[in-house]
Amino acid sequence: MSNILIKNARIIDPENNLDTQTDLFIIDQRIAAIGQAPDGFNADETIEADKLWLIPGIVDLSARLREPGLEHKANIETETRAASSAGITTLCVPPDTDPVIDEPAVVELIHRKAKQAQHSHVYTLGALTAGLKGEHLSEMAALKEAGCIGVSNCRKPVKNTLILRRAFEYASTHNITVFINATDEYLSKEGCAHEGPIASRLGLTPIPYAAETAPIAQVLELIRDTDIRVHFGRLSCARSIELICEAKSAGLKVSADVAAHQLHLTDMDISSFNSDYHVLPPLRTQRDMNALRQGIIEGTISSICSDHQPHEIDAKLAPFPATEPGISAVETLLPLTLKLVENGMPLSTAIASITINPARILGLDSGHLSVGSYANLCLIDPDREWTFSREDMLSHGKNTPFSGWSFTGKVVRTMIEGHSVFSE
Amino acid sequence: MVNKATRPTDELIGQDLWNIQLNEHGQLKHFLTIEGLGTNILNQILDTAESFAGVNESVKKVPLLRGKTIVNLFFEASTRTRTTFELAAKRLSADVLNMNISASATSKGETLLDTLRNLEAMQTDMFIVRHADSGTAHFIANHVSPHIRVLNAGDGRHAHPTQAMLDMFTIRRNKGADFGGLRVAIVGDIMHSRVARSQIHALNTLNTGEVRVVGPKTLIPKDIDAMGVNVFYDLQEGIRDADVVIMLRLQKERMTGALLPSEQEYFNLYGLTEERLQIAKPDAIVMHPGPINRGVEIDSNVADGERSVILSQVTYGIAVRMAVMSLTLGANVATQKQNQEPNS
Repeated sequence: MSNILIKNARIIDPENNLDTQTDLFIIDQRIAAIGQAPDGFNADETIEADKLWLIPGIVDLSARLREPGLEHKANIETETRAASSAGITTLCVPPDTDPVIDEPAVVELIHRKAKQAQHSHVYTLGALTAGLKGEHLSEMAALKEAGCIGVSNCRKPVKNTLILRRAFEYASTHNITVFINATDEYLSKEGCAHEGPIASRLGLTPIPYAAETAPIAQVLELIRDTDIRVHFGRLSCARSIELICEAKSAGLKVSADVAAHQLHLTDMDISSFNSDYHVLPPLRTQRDMNALRQGIIEGTISSICSDHQPHEIDAKLAPFPATEPGISAVETLLPLTLKLVENGMPLSTAIASITINPARILGLDSGHLSVGSYANLCLIDPDREWTFSREDMLSHGKNTPFSGWSFTGKVVRTMIEGHSVFSE
Repeated sequence: MVNKATRPTDELIGQDLWNIQLNEHGQLKHFLTIEGLGTNILNQILDTAESFAGVNESVKKVPLLRGKTIVNLFFEASTRTRTTFELAAKRLSADVLNMNISASATSKGETLLDTLRNLEAMQTDMFIVRHADSGTAHFIANHVSPHIRVLNAGDGRHAHPTQAMLDMFTIRRNKGADFGGLRVAIVGDIMHSRVARSQIHALNTLNTGEVRVVGPKTLIPKDIDAMGVNVFYDLQEGIRDADVVIMLRLQKERMTGALLPSEQEYFNLYGLTEERLQIAKPDAIVMHPGPINRGVEIDSNVADGERSVILSQVTYGIAVRMAVMSLTLGANVATQKQNQEPNS
């Protein structure tokens, strides 16, 4: 048992409406008090945090750790270490591993490896359909029992709408949230760039808005007048936000997130065929980017995630369309989110979008600093100016378009259940 | 898009799309796309080609690139284009190596970069590259050793700059060097055409009066007008008063992709016939990058008719490719002229 005092930090906790300069006391891995010391508190360790921010540990809605199946790209140990160094204490793995997370043994494997690694907490989404093939329902109840906190078919299609509808109903029966990555298989086939002047000029196979908006509209119609919980991940289009907004007004239990890179990059960035900018859904226009930012400020999009996809170097060393999409992104989630604050987003909105809001979507008691809860938190030096660099990345995947970007604000310590898993 | 000031100059993959083609003196180093090249460079290519066109007629061979090794690196089947590159290289006295690498060979695990490294080791001076993926020529130019030059012989739907330049050469020979008064219509499958994209850039760089694209909506890429063209969906309207009509080849697979119902309907609506050509200017020329689908995009009477310059396009192709090869390898025409005397 150890008592830790974090002294005089600016504590920012959107869940508890807290933004104040004070002390935080940890007893036996849990937050014992904020402000006033508990009776008889004796600090075993005191962390001077005069000029630091203290925020809840970051919760990342989507991070691929590449294990099992793609260990040549990365593994659970390397990626959770990278995540915790960037303030992420909890992350959620999508089911498109190899083998797919469609049976309890895979869930257990991932949880066991994550526990061994002793970095960020790792949760899993189970497959919505067996093998993500879109044909048979997965054993969702068993997956939930094994620890899955939701189900998803990732970007793989469920072409048969009857199967899709039944998958929603079955998930709802077991009170499981369905995570949707809206993608029309045909409209996005072989596509690698936003349909617009850039893709037309570069001769890249375009992905129209409708590849995202048509399936969103379809799902919203399928779940109308139900109490099914659906989360739409990685939105990229302005129109998608309108659809989600309408659905929320109609009382549907829907939520949405956006990948951090979609809030900083546009299709202009691919115009030198730089494969580090190859992502799916594709980078869209300035107008979409602005709408996504506004969607966060207005609350239609509640969360920002990393959409972490580490790759080996060869995966990006090919002509643009032949490269694998995705960014190694856990280490840029917080910096890119803080940059939104520099650009006018309220600080509490930005912090909430990477802490309490994603925790709520995942149904986790996390992402806040309530007294009595586990001390999952992160200390930030808000004034530190630094340059993000490929060479300094801890992730196994060095695929980032942000190498060379300057940021203000850096994680100096991450605590999980009262233990410092990272400190500078 | 934010934060341009702190954007990286990416050390690993990206160099600027356009500057990579030019050396520090602004001279042509690689030839990857027309986009971003100045009018002066395009004119330099055309002028150089003009001098080679003369050479072709009188002497068959000049020693300009003697001792140089040029590799034709074709990942997509092509006989015609490859042959004209080969012929151009041989007329410049270079050694030519033809590599036809099928997709299956690279799927054995050897990456594109592995292939390149192997060929580089053979003391290559220039790669002429054709590949099904847009951006391949840029990718290769970004990764070859500094002394190697890269010529794009077609990458995906992106660019086919030597074809565009031989088309410009053909127009110049027929219509004169001032493109300002010309109206050029490009007809057909713009969507999948690297030729059309390069033509559009070249025509605009040479200050063409009006550039038009004509085709059904399924074959016109979105926002193509941003490249500086006027879009027409009706053939008659599109070629009205045109000085130059460029017909594009229609691939058979466009039918299966639901882009078109049938070849017959396409010909009925967009096929160029003698009768339809009446609506263009009386002295309009008809061009086609080949190979022609007779009776699909163009009627035989037109293809073989007096307005057609299709065969001279093929002939000029050699001179233009000689020009680009000699310019990128740094051998200028003045030297060539001197060398030509004792040789002839």
